[in-house]
Amino acid sequence: MRTDARTSSAVAVPRRVRRALLVIALAVLAVPFVVPTIWMVAASVKPLAEIFDAPPSLWTDSPTLSAYAEAFTFQPFARQYVNSVYIAVVVTAITLLVSSLAGYAFARIRFPGANALFLVVLTGLLVPSEVTIVPLFQLFKRAGLINTHWPLILVTSLAAPCVLATFIMRQFFIALPLELEEAARLDGLGRPAIWMRICLPLAKPALSAVAILTFLASWNLYLEPTVYLTSPEMFTLPQALTRFTDAYGGQMWNTQLAAATMTVLPMLIVFVLAQRHFVEGLAHSGLK
Amino acid sequence: MTTTTQPPEQVVVPAAAKARRASGPSFWTTRRRDVLTGYLFILPQLAGVAVFVLLPVGMAIWYSLNDWNVFTGKQTFVGGENYAALADDPQLPKVLLATVIFSGGVVVVNITLGLLIAVLLNRRFRGVTLFRTLFFSPVVVSVVAWTLVWGFLLQDNGGINGLLGAVGIDGPNWLQHGDTAMVSVVITQVIRSVGVNMVLFLAALQGVPEELYEAARIDGASSRSVFARITLPLISPTLLLTVIVTVVGALQSFAQIAVLTGGGPELSTTVLVYYVFQQAFEFNDIGYGSTLALMLLSFVMLLTLLQWQLRRKWVFYED
Repeated sequence: MRTDARTSSAVAVPRRVRRALLVIALAVLAVPFVVPTIWMVAASVKPLAEIFDAPPSLWTDSPTLSAYAEAFTFQPFARQYVNSVYIAVVVTAITLLVSSLAGYAFARIRFPGANALFLVVLTGLLVPSEVTIVPLFQLFKRAGLINTHWPLILVTSLAAPCVLATFIMRQFFIALPLELEEAARLDGLGRPAIWMRICLPLAKPALSAVAILTFLASWNLYLEPTVYLTSPEMFTLPQALTRFTDAYGGQMWNTQLAAATMTVLPMLIVFVLAQRHFVEGLAHSGLK
Repeated sequence: MTTTTQPPEQVVVPAAAKARRASGPSFWTTRRRDVLTGYLFILPQLAGVAVFVLLPVGMAIWYSLNDWNVFTGKQTFVGGENYAALADDPQLPKVLLATVIFSGGVVVVNITLGLLIAVLLNRRFRGVTLFRTLFFSPVVVSVVAWTLVWGFLLQDNGGINGLLGAVGIDGPNWLQHGDTAMVSVVITQVIRSVGVNMVLFLAALQGVPEELYEAARIDGASSRSVFARITLPLISPTLLLTVIVTVVGALQSFAQIAVLTGGGPELSTTVLVYYVFQQAFEFNDIGYGSTLALMLLSFVMLLTLLQWQLRRKWVFYED
């Protein structure tokens, strides 16, 4: 940019103006992406009477945390928080294991029927969960697992999100140079050892992409908990968020916003800190 | 499985083992061991898909051939009756129309906006990372939380009408009229998820070789024709993929609709997934619900098939 300015000062001004215009355009465009979240946080500390102020404001003179306190007394919100966190962690751990094993095998090991079986696995990406949930509900009902977390954990960590993970891992391992593994094989290392000691350590970028995508998928589940879970202390966060209604069915706005803020902020903070992993992980997720 | 495959090493009679060792390589050659490892490695994933995807699809097909209401508990085989009922359902045309408008709207707005943001961000200037972060951030916000907040802002006396009022526009009661409710669900959905396509487009744009742009510049091509003749064709694989993935994603948007409009007003935003849920879990009509679910599945499969075909015909620039 500096060289531009030196070579032709006539062009430099319009270019700088253009750049400024670009930044302004982007800033305007970013408003609906950012302001709702900021407004959510701001409104959650407002007294109820101020929430529908017109014109809307992001400021209050009398901030209060009463909505936060109410979120915990109206529902077992702490419990629901723990539910969401532990389910997401368990699902992510299982998915990392299952998908890195299957992805490695599909990418590296030659066995009869590998291609056909890979296509069978890929159907898991094709079938919407709304199609399978009716029969799965009947299956889990027969197994006595309704209103437990088992359906969420089992289906999420072995079906759709995990199939995407397997696909990502396979793409990654295909792109990995063979030489390292060949050297290890000559040294007499077996497949499991190669997978664990050579390939997994190299697969950290793919594994972190998988971990992020899976954690988000589990954290966001809404249909499944709505169908499988019936008692508030078993609920997960997205489901709990919709249940802040008073005895007359009216929504408890500020309590809901406080609960939503508590659901959203940790993920946003992690995202801002690790945003390179999120964005690059996604770009390389083999969605190609 | 393990009991039938592992024993040979231990169970074999010592004499035979000795003979085999003497006569040549054991049964467990590296190749055979590899094949077994391959099957064992994919077993959990394969079993998961079999039990939680393929089995339920089979069951759904069976359910669709039955009249089964959970309330009465009676399940009777009725053959194609549920499929015939599709034609007689007065609500279904409205549901399908809403599905087409919603999915079409989401795709058009999402791809256009995603591409626009990606093109704007595909240059070097201070703050580009910040903007990328801002546009992507709704993706990590939980769908339900995001939709709740928008539902709030879209109220008659909510923030959006408040803003419009400040500049003298009398905004509609967004969620209470069919047309504006549809616009609301589409916009809410796109803004939350367009960051994903933006990132994919950015990656694709950065893959376009710089020389091509330079050659075009030397030839004096306008920036519009550069975009139409160089950029678009070269990112067409990504474009095609994102279109299909976005349609399929839109076909499966349940939480957004459930939280923002509950399918209303009337049926204006009742898309197929939501209708499936209502039939199966609110009206407890398992047979008809499954039939509708299979219809949804056939749409998704058709689109995927279309993608494969188009990919072969249209897209010439894959590596």
